[in-house]
Amino acid sequence: MELKRTRLYETHIALKGRMVNFAGWELPVQYPTGPTVEHQAVRTAAGLFDIDHMGQFMVVGEDATPYLNHIATWDIRGMKDTDAHYSLTCYEDGGIVDDIFIYRRENGYMVVVNASNREKDFYWFSSHTTGYNVTVTDVSDETYMLALQGPNAKIILNKLLPNHDVDTIAFHTSRSTSIGGITTLVGRTGYTGEDGFELFFSADEAVRMWNLLLETGKEDGLIPCGLAARDSLRFEPCMPLYGNDITADINPISARLGFFVRFDVDFIGKNALLKIKLEGPRQKLIGFEMVDPGVPRHGYPLLSPSGEKIGFITTGMKSPTIGKFVGLGYVKPDYTKYGTEIAVEIRGKAKKAVVVKRPFYTPAYRRKGKK
Amino acid sequence: MADYKYDSNAKYLKSHEWVRIDNGVAIMGVSDVAQDQLSDVVYVDLPAEGDEFSQGGTIAVVESVKAAEDVFAPLSGKVVAVNEALEESPELVNQDPYGEGWFLKLEPSDLSELDNLMDAEAYAHFVAEEA
Repeated sequence: MELKRTRLYETHIALKGRMVNFAGWELPVQYPTGPTVEHQAVRTAAGLFDIDHMGQFMVVGEDATPYLNHIATWDIRGMKDTDAHYSLTCYEDGGIVDDIFIYRRENGYMVVVNASNREKDFYWFSSHTTGYNVTVTDVSDETYMLALQGPNAKIILNKLLPNHDVDTIAFHTSRSTSIGGITTLVGRTGYTGEDGFELFFSADEAVRMWNLLLETGKEDGLIPCGLAARDSLRFEPCMPLYGNDITADINPISARLGFFVRFDVDFIGKNALLKIKLEGPRQKLIGFEMVDPGVPRHGYPLLSPSGEKIGFITTGMKSPTIGKFVGLGYVKPDYTKYGTEIAVEIRGKAKKAVVVKRPFYTPAYRRKGKK
Repeated sequence: MADYKYDSNAKYLKSHEWVRIDNGVAIMGVSDVAQDQLSDVVYVDLPAEGDEFSQGGTIAVVESVKAAEDVFAPLSGKVVAVNEALEESPELVNQDPYGEGWFLKLEPSDLSELDNLMDAEAYAHFVAEEA
């Protein structure tokens, strides 16, 4: 299959980005700076990501709210004018269709979906409109999406906002504004555990917006960042990656995403999830840290101290920020307590590990004493 | 294409390991090409001193942010030293692949095996063709 290219393909090549296939898109996994430096830039200064592979659907019509409440696990009714919120969509059996971000707009909602799930999601959304006065449109092709992330992101964006009032855009809200003359929806959202923004604007303006942000942010340490840094940045605060940490075979209760499941409305999968919640899931997400040296990776088996298979790893790596070999995985409920000794099978050998608290890195919005 | 560095005193495998003979002892690591393609190295799984390997056998595993890759023995022999600095600082492999980022030292059992390897010029040519 031919890979899709974003409008910034030539720009990434000029920046010597190393292009790889991600969910059918040819995107930079890193620039010559390297993933570790790109990761640290976002933790300490700022990073810019081309995330145009993400999909966007518009959900409009007088029944947009009850329709989304039927599809999504979050209670949409509580969302105010400019709110943006994380949610899941589930199958009848409680397995996860996708994890999504819902932005409330004047005329309805914009839903951001994963690149790997765009076609599947659009079919899922479209096939559940019966009985609702609602229209779902895939606007991904004409909508460009960039992420500006890191503690300096607000300093950089503030210079470009017409009224220089970045702090009036609250966490997990959005605003329609103009950046360098480009009509933009700015969401104070992200996938890094840092303060930051996701920008939505006309795809025709992609190169101009990218260059404007990089140029403006240079003095505040802004650098372009690739997919490897995006993955390690989302992993440390334990934000799930669809296809790894959550799939159609995993339900939100197992994934410890129960907070995002509101049982006061009837959504697809509710009955199955209620049952799982009452009976307890068969497997649960844990965070673990290696005791023996070794790199835990996606797909490696998790073992009991006696060598019995108890689960599997969904994401693992050397955490760039804390410098430890840590991972996420699913195990039988008996092995979820902090301090429980487990093992990771690495190339046929059992390496000791221990169950630890998640997240590995506290996201900015949860830190105390923040401004 | 990136401008890679080569150590003219070393010999190379197609799988991007280098080996140098110093006072009869073989010292080995991975090339600048390898470290660049691997991206940031986070862990090197080294053998124990005294372990014996045949030329071309898996002698170590280098783990980067991307993947785990086997490292092959450039010569047959016995491991006489491993670079313990890599445990704390695996980034030395990226920073100085022919120097501080060395992997291990071997007591070679048959130096004529060096003839099976490429010199720097042949290796650079191989890398250019492969790209």
